[in-house]
Amino acid sequence: MDLGSVFQDAMREAVGVRAAAYALAAVGLNVHFGYTGLLNFGHVGFMMVGAYGTAMTVEHGGPFWLGLLVGVLAAVALGLLLGLPTLRLRADYLAIVTIAVAEILRLTARSNVLEPFTRGVFGITNFADSFYAVNPFSPGRYHVWGTWSYDERTIWVMMVGWSAVIIISLLLLMLMRSPWGRVLRSIREDEDAARSLGKNVFSYKLQSLVLGGVIGAFAGMLLAFDTQAVNPDTYLPILTFYAYAVVILGGPGRIMSPIVGAVIFWFLLEFTDGGLRGAVDAGWFGGILDGAGIGAVRFALVGLGLMLLMIFRPQGIFGNKEEVLLDER
Amino acid sequence: MRRIVLLITVGLFLLGSAIPAGAQQTEGESLKGTLRQSDDEHTLVSGVIITVSAGGELIGSDVSDENGVWEIGLPEPGFYEIEISVDMLPEGVSLTDPEKTVLENVEVRPGQHKTVIFPFGEVATTDRGPLERFLNLCVKGLTFGVIVALASIGLSLIFGITGLVNFAHGELVTFGAIAAWFFNASGAGPGLHLVLAVLPALVLAGALGAALETGLFRPLRRRHAGTIPLIVVSIGLSLFLRHIYLLFMGGAPRAYDQYALQVEHSFGPVSMPPKDLVIVLLGLAVLGVVGLVIRYTRWGTAMRAVADNKDLAEASGIDVEQVVLRTWVLGTALAGLGGVFYGITQTVRWNMGFVLLLTIFAAVILGGIGTAFGAVVGGILIGITTEASTFWIPVELKFAVALGVLILVLLIRPQGIFGLKERVG
Repeated sequence: MDLGSVFQDAMREAVGVRAAAYALAAVGLNVHFGYTGLLNFGHVGFMMVGAYGTAMTVEHGGPFWLGLLVGVLAAVALGLLLGLPTLRLRADYLAIVTIAVAEILRLTARSNVLEPFTRGVFGITNFADSFYAVNPFSPGRYHVWGTWSYDERTIWVMMVGWSAVIIISLLLLMLMRSPWGRVLRSIREDEDAARSLGKNVFSYKLQSLVLGGVIGAFAGMLLAFDTQAVNPDTYLPILTFYAYAVVILGGPGRIMSPIVGAVIFWFLLEFTDGGLRGAVDAGWFGGILDGAGIGAVRFALVGLGLMLLMIFRPQGIFGNKEEVLLDER
Repeated sequence: MRRIVLLITVGLFLLGSAIPAGAQQTEGESLKGTLRQSDDEHTLVSGVIITVSAGGELIGSDVSDENGVWEIGLPEPGFYEIEISVDMLPEGVSLTDPEKTVLENVEVRPGQHKTVIFPFGEVATTDRGPLERFLNLCVKGLTFGVIVALASIGLSLIFGITGLVNFAHGELVTFGAIAAWFFNASGAGPGLHLVLAVLPALVLAGALGAALETGLFRPLRRRHAGTIPLIVVSIGLSLFLRHIYLLFMGGAPRAYDQYALQVEHSFGPVSMPPKDLVIVLLGLAVLGVVGLVIRYTRWGTAMRAVADNKDLAEASGIDVEQVVLRTWVLGTALAGLGGVFYGITQTVRWNMGFVLLLTIFAAVILGGIGTAFGAVVGGILIGITTEASTFWIPVELKFAVALGVLILVLLIRPQGIFGLKERVG
């Protein structure tokens, strides 16, 4: 087994487009979960309306910029729709409702009824040509090291993605240091205390939900631009849980955590994947594990990791133990 | 039981299968499909000729291989007619609509490899009146509802006494179904008759519940873990268990050796396969016994006391940990039984419980979370609602209906039908 190329492949993914998109999704989720303490289990819904907003607008003859706008507005609308009825309820109810709404969106998008608009199970393809038309990179392969290389399209999406992650993170950093951000954290720590100081907790939660949702929509757009395709079955609940793994890995409530979390998450995922694949090819498992099994192993490891992290190190890599504890305060 | 619907289809439900592979790189277009019964690999239909033509001109043809797969390359995007030779179909297999051997005006877009589905099956449903059709849907919904009710009790009781919202509960449902499949139909198992295989499966399911409680959730409770971290832990557990199942049994749906296919019997205006009737009666009996246990035994009283006020219960000499443990065992065993029933009406799949999870949540919240009786009523109501809703709306949206009900309940009466108002924060 060639560990060197496994490592190079893993590094390629660790800073690749999907890592950038997951980082962006995790930034949004961090606003919900890390800063405000909202248990949003339907984050994938925001990603989906972002991607579909753009894709459907372009598919039906609209310009690309309008598509982006529609995607963002759809995320705002979804945030309000989710938040207005549910933010007064307990955390676990919010979790159930958000995951349910995200599933309703997915089932509706793949239904025959809406096929004229959403193209049903086939999804929409080739809607981001305008995005690639302004690609400043000339065609060719850009090598970093060994098998670690990208083509000009990927490197363009990567550049846009990571720039978005950094710009949005910096804006959030300022926002979270403002009085507004302090109120969010006080809600996470003790909702009643914040309320007794005369803060409109409901309104702050709603703003947080919408803000994080819009960032999630950007993440969905990025993923969709990369493949030039949207398909309802991309937006399964598991995507939300990946974003959770990323946030908790980095440490909830920290600016750097989604970025570092996403890089490490994808590195680990690809490294175990490549390593297992190599081991299977070398016959180490003697036919017990095959190619299809590797995918299952890696998902199981994500689950196990999420569980162990939450139990033994809920503050992740960067988090503050004072702020993120397993115990109820 | 679903009608014995035979579909010619591909695994549309597999993630991303419908994405044209790398849209911009792929050259050419094609039409393709897989001839098989939905959800069941045993009924792949091979050796059937499919012909594609455009404007009366023959474009190409293919014979489905031993996996039921066919694919025909196309010269250009456009509109095509696809014909299937019905006379080559195996005995007992026929089109739902025998007249519809040709699919006309199938649009193929540039670069698309389009999947085509021919619906197959019994014609029985088409000649029913609307009232009869509605009644049949309700009966079908009752079967589904009993299954959901069995699966829901554990979630609701465990929430009631420990405050844990267990997102891994769906995996407990799957566990029962897979364990029974192992004892019944797997190559490595002893090949017991399904009725016998259920017993060790339920014992194993109860043991899993006990293991999860003593090994994972009790230590976490001792550390006073908060609601939100516990939910995240249960999500991790769900991911972990589900993919262990996938590793164990593979992605293909499995059927039990007995009761997989049955002919529907008529009972007055409604018709159903006998196994559905047995599931409803047996399920209701089990639910009744559970209700009696909770209502009249000392343990049931203790459980309700713990749910009502843990500290007071402990002060009155109730062994709270013991009660919690027993509730876990009971809850997972019931979930496992629900899983076996679900596996009988559908097939056993590695992710069947996770698919059912949101419906279970809907049932639990509709009935009022924390109460066993609420979970049963909620389950049956949700089951009937989802199935009956297909009278008006497309089948593919029936789960969305259950989730819609869930959201409506939370908006109008968040404590559910039987819940107490103080439970809602």
